[in-house]
Amino acid sequence: MNLYAILAIYKFEMARTWRTLMQSIASPVLSTTLYFVVFGTAIGSRMGEIDGVSYGAFIIPGLVMLSLLSESISNASFGIFFPKFSGTIYEVLSAPVSPFEIVAGYVGAAASKSMLLGLLILATARIFVDYQIEHPVWMICFLALTAVTFSLFGFIIGIWADDFQKLQVIPLMVITPLTFLGGAFYSINMLPEPWQSITLFNPVVYLISGFRWAFYGVADVHIAVSFGMTLFFLTLCLTGIWWIFRTGYRIKS
Amino acid sequence: MESVISVQALDKTYDSGFSALRNVHLDIHKGEIFALLGPNGAGKTTLISIICGIVNPTVGTVKADGYDIVKDYRKARGKIGLVPQELCTDAFESVWATVSFSRGLFGKAPNPAYLEQVLRQLSLWEKKDAKIRELSGGMKRRVMIAKALSHEPDILFLDEPTAGVDVELRRDMWEMVRELRERGVTIILTTHYIEEAEEMADRIGVINKGEIILVEDKSVLMDKLGQKQLHLTLDHPLEEIPSGLNGASLALGEGGHTLIYSYDSHDDNVGVANLLSNLSTQGINVKDLHSTESSLEDIFVNLVKEH
Ligand SMILES: Nc1ncnc2c1ncn2[C@@H]1O[C@H](COP(=O)(O)OP(=O)(O)O)[C@@H](O)[C@H]1O
Ligand SMILES: [Mg+2]
Repeated sequence: MNLYAILAIYKFEMARTWRTLMQSIASPVLSTTLYFVVFGTAIGSRMGEIDGVSYGAFIIPGLVMLSLLSESISNASFGIFFPKFSGTIYEVLSAPVSPFEIVAGYVGAAASKSMLLGLLILATARIFVDYQIEHPVWMICFLALTAVTFSLFGFIIGIWADDFQKLQVIPLMVITPLTFLGGAFYSINMLPEPWQSITLFNPVVYLISGFRWAFYGVADVHIAVSFGMTLFFLTLCLTGIWWIFRTGYRIKS
Repeated sequence: MESVISVQALDKTYDSGFSALRNVHLDIHKGEIFALLGPNGAGKTTLISIICGIVNPTVGTVKADGYDIVKDYRKARGKIGLVPQELCTDAFESVWATVSFSRGLFGKAPNPAYLEQVLRQLSLWEKKDAKIRELSGGMKRRVMIAKALSHEPDILFLDEPTAGVDVELRRDMWEMVRELRERGVTIILTTHYIEEAEEMADRIGVINKGEIILVEDKSVLMDKLGQKQLHLTLDHPLEEIPSGLNGASLALGEGGHTLIYSYDSHDDNVGVANLLSNLSTQGINVKDLHSTESSLEDIFVNLVKEH
């Protein structure tokens, strides 16, 4: 195992975060704060409790997920897209590194970054809402699994994209709508049929539900199902990446 | 001679269907400077990219220091440093950071003293904290070389190292290449500047349209193909080459006003002396004479034309 290589890539990617601190950390925190002010405090004060949880507290796990998903994807996709775009990827390809080490470096950094961000948002939320975390270990577990899974997904997008537009289209056109419709701001039990059943095809429902369970012990779907689905997405992304490196898809001619 | 890179029956067909390399066999000797010479689009970069692991071969095998580049890619790639043709660097990184990154990527423990030595040798030490985008093109090229040397490779590929490079850097680069060779590093450079190959290389390979058409010691190549010509301007034009002269190596030019004598540049010049004395016995007066020597350039142009 070429640990120096993993570390080199990881450090390189993290250095990019600190260089672009405003963009990578400050702006997601700011936009989440705005959600809290609008939905949590202003509108939330006029809303009743959902599943015994105040509305302001109820939306916290969903908001964290929203940032976690989009940041994981955009960090990881940009991290691998840019060397491809600028040509510096030649060095990684010519180095004695295995696909696993490349992915560990890039995805590890992207996931660390978005987890850090998720925790930062939680800390920010504390200023506005008093919330408790019933199952802290599970909370961290879901946070980490989701960050890794969607960083892997972002890595795949970064490999697939051959221009900047494609890089942004999936997070913007797919992930954001799925998150909004995935129960970030409401419990899916509040939806009438058939929407309630249709919603179950939205993968983000399971992530948010599981994450919210870790906070308040209440969930839209059973925690075991949420956990199983998260692992399933992880496996799906790992398979995609395995295929990319086996075929050299869009990285080697 | 121990071979450090061994390419066997290598074919490359790109996805577009373009056949960039055809049945390439090539052995690079340990410790030599090998120049791969060929016009644009000949397949030089493709060949190097395959050896370095950037492009997949279609058919064939490549070994670096005895290790197969696919099955034993870790060991093979660890030996190799590459300075690619295109200038591509991380604009926002500092010189020091990017060189340290390269070393780590190749699995080597940090060694600031060694990196300092590399940067000093390339006159980059003063710029070590500068962001790469602040550097001039020539300096960026030096950074790429420093990156390639950061992990102490035994084999160094330089893909068109001096294309669009100023005189000073070119001189520094040649100097550096010689020093590396002294230390036992094998160097493979591609170029379409003949003078570069002529000046630097121990051996020369010529590639054209994806095929290696010749590999030869530079001196042997010059010997074998290096012909000299003596142009004699005559007082009175000749109708034909007079009998009694060695007709095989003579030709008439400019309507018989010049007599052209071709000879091997490594012959003792008996031929020229004989010719001159024969001409004077036959009463043919020579007004003027000059000789020309074929350079690698001529050889190269001839070779590429033939194929
Ligand atoms: N990725 C690619 N897809 C298709 N054709 C390519 C690709 N890369 C290079 N070629 C073609 O292969 C030929 C050899 O290119 P290259 O190896 O770069 O030549 P050289 O380095 O000798 O100038 C060229 O005709 C080039 O257009
Ligand atoms: Mg080239």
